[in-house]
Amino acid sequence: MSTTREYDAIVIGGGHNGLVNAAYLAKAGLRTLILERRHLVGGAAITEELRPGFKFTTFSYALSLLRPDIVHELDLVKHGFMPLLMPSTFCPMENGDALVMGQDRDENIKEIARHSKHDADAYDQYSHDVEMVVRAVKPLFDNAPPNIVDRSPEGLAELAELAKHLGGIESGVLHNLVRLLTGSAADFLDDYFESDILKGWLSASGIIGTKVGPMSQGSGLVLLFHSMGEHDGHLGSWAFHKGGNGGFTQVLARAAQALGAEIKLGAEVERVITSNGKATGVALVDGTELSAKVVVSAADPRRTFTKFLDQRELPTDLVDSLRRYRYQGTSSKVNFALDALPKYPSLGDRSDIFRGFTNIAPTMEYLERAFDEAKYGWYSTRPYIDGAIQSTIDPDMAPPGKHVMSCFVHYTPYHLKGSDWATERENMADNVQDTLESFFPGFSDLVLQREIVTPLDIETVAGLPEGNIFHGEFLAPQMYFFRPAPGWNQYRTPIDGYYQCGSGTHPGGCVSGGPGKLASQRILADLQL
Amino acid sequence: MLSQSPFHARVAAANETSLWSHWAGHLVVDKYQMSEKWEYVAIRNAAGAFDSSPLYKYRIIGPDAERFLGGVLARDIRTCLPGQAQYTIWCDDRGYVNEDGVVFRYSSDDFLLTAAEPNLSYFQQLIGHDRVEISEVTEDFGSLAVQGPRSHAILAQLAPGVSSLGYFEHAPAKIGKLPVTISRSGYTGDLGYEIFCDAGDANDVWDAVFDAGQPHGLIPFGQTALLMARIEAGLLLIHVDFDVSRLAENDEHRSTPIELGLAWMLRGIEDDTRPFIGRRAILRERAEGTSRWKMVGLKVDPFDYATKYTAAGMVPPKDHTPVHEDMMVYDGDAQRVGYATSFMYSPVLQRHIALARVRPELATPGTLVNLEFTINHRYVQVGAEVVRNPMFAPPRKNAPMNGEGQ
Repeated sequence: MSTTREYDAIVIGGGHNGLVNAAYLAKAGLRTLILERRHLVGGAAITEELRPGFKFTTFSYALSLLRPDIVHELDLVKHGFMPLLMPSTFCPMENGDALVMGQDRDENIKEIARHSKHDADAYDQYSHDVEMVVRAVKPLFDNAPPNIVDRSPEGLAELAELAKHLGGIESGVLHNLVRLLTGSAADFLDDYFESDILKGWLSASGIIGTKVGPMSQGSGLVLLFHSMGEHDGHLGSWAFHKGGNGGFTQVLARAAQALGAEIKLGAEVERVITSNGKATGVALVDGTELSAKVVVSAADPRRTFTKFLDQRELPTDLVDSLRRYRYQGTSSKVNFALDALPKYPSLGDRSDIFRGFTNIAPTMEYLERAFDEAKYGWYSTRPYIDGAIQSTIDPDMAPPGKHVMSCFVHYTPYHLKGSDWATERENMADNVQDTLESFFPGFSDLVLQREIVTPLDIETVAGLPEGNIFHGEFLAPQMYFFRPAPGWNQYRTPIDGYYQCGSGTHPGGCVSGGPGKLASQRILADLQL
Repeated sequence: MLSQSPFHARVAAANETSLWSHWAGHLVVDKYQMSEKWEYVAIRNAAGAFDSSPLYKYRIIGPDAERFLGGVLARDIRTCLPGQAQYTIWCDDRGYVNEDGVVFRYSSDDFLLTAAEPNLSYFQQLIGHDRVEISEVTEDFGSLAVQGPRSHAILAQLAPGVSSLGYFEHAPAKIGKLPVTISRSGYTGDLGYEIFCDAGDANDVWDAVFDAGQPHGLIPFGQTALLMARIEAGLLLIHVDFDVSRLAENDEHRSTPIELGLAWMLRGIEDDTRPFIGRRAILRERAEGTSRWKMVGLKVDPFDYATKYTAAGMVPPKDHTPVHEDMMVYDGDAQRVGYATSFMYSPVLQRHIALARVRPELATPGTLVNLEFTINHRYVQVGAEVVRNPMFAPPRKNAPMNGEGQ
């Protein structure tokens, strides 16, 4: 079976980066087709009604890093883009107290001072110092990195431009940047704070999606990455999207379609068709062959290079780099349908505490101990949990009075030692539920339904290898110049006309849309459009 | 001594900030919680309730009530049938706007008019030979605006009749045993209703509305959130976007309906069967094209805005809190061509927006102008596009509700 329909561009994968990429290509006038393996677009940013009236954000559950330019350039507001402010952050403690951060600076200072007077002004200093680093690296984040192995005049000019930018950064800011990029979140935070709960909360951003503890070198980079976003101009802040992150990817799909892109669901790609080192189209699992001048993979590097292509077509050093590229997913989701809001005993009936993240990380040591078990191939007995009850803000997520609670869980390594996820999934979810029960007595009685998403499920359902939520960990050796491999960090591949635009390319994951957009710029430049 | 609204006991209990402001001599809340933006989000995403009781209310009754209002109000009251309401204005004889308000028609000879300022003597001296009585009834009522996408689902539980209310229609209803009037109107530009109750029933009405509304995310919202929503909705604010002509110091502080973008209100005024104050001046302005301004929306270019702030070494601020001060508008040749009167960052539009008046020839949507900011203590012009008001108008605002909870 084959078709004669000719496309200018075929994008493999209807996740957020595939949709962003296709939308930009369509906007530039390319006849663009998005191929999505599943019955819905969104990739790992989907919302599913698993119980009548209850909407689960199966995987990804909040927005921060989405590049604001994309919102405007793709006219997303017109298609329903609607981020929802999270007015609070709630960090329960093991002694029954809590840190509750809100929207008012002075109130936050008072709340921190309740835990440590020393930390009250240190928090402003910390926020300022991180903000200065974020501003210094933002241009690097929002542009394609130089190719570090390219010795052509153009390549050297790009490196010189980077050196010039780095040279312009104030020395204190540059030092903080290096400390974050190479050091641990714990060391960085210890320089500012003494309060365990404050450090527990802040250091949790240093472990997301990556197999590091807050005391591991490298967790600083993850912390910095999660500070790069913004919601409505507030650096480092997060928002829900109306209808969950699946609501967001539906907006992207509508925007892409409005710009002329076509979406084909249930279309699993088997391979990219090449001829003389050039991509000419794709072959689907059902035998359909589709031709196009440009093929773009929004999948992760492993599938992009070694599944869709014959690795024997690729340079050996690239294949070696891809083999060394680390996924080792350690995140899970356990999502709950709840009959009512949980109660935190010391705060009585307060429900406002649940309008943002509920961060179960009372100390850095709690996180590090949770990590310890993962180092040796097991999941945490007392896991880190980032809870989010979007239904407290967005009534469309659950029936009136009922709630859905998304729980992002660390650490749950993909590779279990001496067991497997089929055996351990319920036990892992029990650990999560028991931990929640210990902070919120009576929690289990509220549970109407529980959805368990292990790293294996993330791999099987969303397609992300080893369940890594970022298409590969945020480790210095696989960022920027090296994402996903030295020499192949500018969205091209060794196959002419075949490009990569997934989170395994710069700047990385976290629903930024950056890879999709930057890849489109590369493609359009190569096409001289 | 500031007065208390009929809802005061409930408003005070809900006000978590202990901060109070005042409006029309009444204690009012700017924000109930430490985040006014959170209250704004509720209006656009779930539902919010606003105590609008301090708004002045006038009862106009009598066999000549329609004729009286027809002569005073610029918008043709004859097109407002019993059970309907109208947003309207009243002008002076030079065709300048005095004030705006909403008029509700209960029957052929019975009307209620809301106003931001006291107007009783002004109206009474215009009665002439008309058989009409005007009384100020502000204190008789509590009024609670329930606004947002969930407002219908909430009120339909209490008063199923709201489902048949079209945009700017009102009807008597009961909340529990309490008689109320519910109108499909508001100052947010969203799906929304206003409940008018006897002042003595206010607390019970509040309780019933919140019991029904809390599972839908209903929260009370203060003035700041209201003023955010109204800019997006293109709704003018007295003393901010225009001044009262009869109290203005000079013509620079006066505006005609056409200049305020309210020309749509004047359809059919050529028909001289309805003489009204300002009619001849407005017809002359229209015929001679003497309008100085036209009120438009401005959307600031987000890229230029980011570039100008970034170049100054600053993070581009996105302050949602409305700025009610003049900001100058320039054309491409750096000539001043207007001024913005209300400015904010709109979270729902993800853009900085303004209500501004520009020279009529620049009022065509799509025209590019520059809006002046103060960045790093210097005046800096940032590109902006002229757009039509309202800038935010979701279909639910005036869509039929068909008796279904949304």
